[in-house]
Amino acid sequence: MSPLAINRRRFLTLAGVAASTVPLSGCDALDGFLSNQSPVRDVLASANGLTYRAHRILIGADTLAPEFSESEIRQGQRPNGSTDPSEPEYLALKDKTFADYRLTIGGLVEKPVSFSLAELRNMPARAQVTRHDCVEGWSCIAKWTGVPLSAVLDEVKVKPEARFVVFHCFDKMNLGLSGAVPYYESIDLIDARHPQTILAYGCNDQALPVANGAPLRVRIERQLGYKMAKYIKGIELVSTLAPFGSGKGGFWEDLGYEWYAGI
Amino acid sequence: MSIVDEVESRHASARDGGEVIYRHRVATRLTHWTWAIALFFLLLSGLQIFNAHPTLYIGKQSGFEFDNSVLSMRPMRNADGSVDGYTTVLGQRFKTTGLFGMSGSAENPSYRGFPAWATLPSYQDLATGRVIHFFFAWLFAAAFLTWFFSSLLSGHIRRDILPSLDDIKSLPRSIGDHLRFRFHRESRYNGLQKLTYAAVLLLIFPLIILTGLAMSPGMNAAWPWFLDLFGGRQTARSIHFICMALLVVFFIVHVVMIVAAGPFNEMRSILTGWYRTDPEKKEEHGA
Repeated sequence: MSPLAINRRRFLTLAGVAASTVPLSGCDALDGFLSNQSPVRDVLASANGLTYRAHRILIGADTLAPEFSESEIRQGQRPNGSTDPSEPEYLALKDKTFADYRLTIGGLVEKPVSFSLAELRNMPARAQVTRHDCVEGWSCIAKWTGVPLSAVLDEVKVKPEARFVVFHCFDKMNLGLSGAVPYYESIDLIDARHPQTILAYGCNDQALPVANGAPLRVRIERQLGYKMAKYIKGIELVSTLAPFGSGKGGFWEDLGYEWYAGI
Repeated sequence: MSIVDEVESRHASARDGGEVIYRHRVATRLTHWTWAIALFFLLLSGLQIFNAHPTLYIGKQSGFEFDNSVLSMRPMRNADGSVDGYTTVLGQRFKTTGLFGMSGSAENPSYRGFPAWATLPSYQDLATGRVIHFFFAWLFAAAFLTWFFSSLLSGHIRRDILPSLDDIKSLPRSIGDHLRFRFHRESRYNGLQKLTYAAVLLLIFPLIILTGLAMSPGMNAAWPWFLDLFGGRQTARSIHFICMALLVVFFIVHVVMIVAAGPFNEMRSILTGWYRTDPEKKEEHGA
């Protein structure tokens, strides 16, 4: 055996052993590459764009999320995020059981309007027993009643340049030193027009509880819970998400979560 | 050649003995290392994601007002007021402070499912965990699909992975040999190797990909039958976790076997493709 062969074998083995022990030196070694500003994280996050496009190709625009029978509702809808907003504007409405509430719809629409809760309840309704999936990993089955968002959009006549629906909310989320910012969310028009996308005012055959987003929350059944804004104050049709928050399309998105949460 | 070199060289040939053969094609080596890298990141980011809700359930939903949990890693208060990390498996509770449910130092305890050294990032950051997980999930699945279909067409799966009848028959001997760390370095995988690789590549890999997809609310709309196949989203999540644990066990055994069978030769074969087989022995010589 020539010395070269021995060296080559040794080199490859040592390289292999060295490579396999690098990750074992501790996971915090990689933390620096994974902060929200890191370009490495941006590269990894590009896979989310791939997921979004793949889902849009694979999943028909009107394909329904699974619905369940009422017997599968075995518990109350688990609340998460804000569960009891304390903003004065919200408290004033809550005091009068939302009798003075008006949902405003504006932005890129022909006919900006506002609806009272009673008006929304008089519009065509849809009820669906669906599974709510939290990004944390848990699921909860509940019945949701509301008006299809598409019916509301038809009333206001969406302008052709609109690409997204933004939900503005009453509740503010505390960000520590940088103070509190209002919750907001956004979806594309495919999900906005989806038959199961409803502005829900009822949960499990009762008026939507405060913990679950009273008076109005959106259900986007093919995405995760954080997309389904609660305590909706207004809806805005827009062509870009840049002007809102940090421009990522939602409160959690601004903190690093993906905008498309169908996964 | 110096004396030392000569002795070493003789020693090496005595130890290695047989012929060096080309055992792993470049496609095999490439997929092996793609999977190794992808699974490393998938594991650590997956544990990060698990930590966001460190309880697993059976069924369609998570029981908050009823109990369908099968595994949980959470901190709990003891009768004396102190706190410990507890792991509950199928109703059996174990104190796992320092590892599961509660870790970190005594002065600065961290209440989390898996400890910081086992997650990416080390601190709690579900969003980044998901970013890492989904990037490497694409890589892993793409490598798997490429491997599966090309190996099916090339006959690699039938020839080298699926155990033959003879392999099954010789399985008890093969298991005995492995337990005694007595290895036969041959060009082909032995029965136990084939069975293990078949289970990992044709069972656990597809299962972990499919249960991952079954957790996606978008995919649930596209393929609702998928959920029924696994018995609901929360069962799929539990199966995904079990597959992960099985792959960790496989990894540990895999590395132990490599070290025991001769790390130089094994590493060389998976890096360069070349593997030194045992010398052909017509008769056994005494030591």
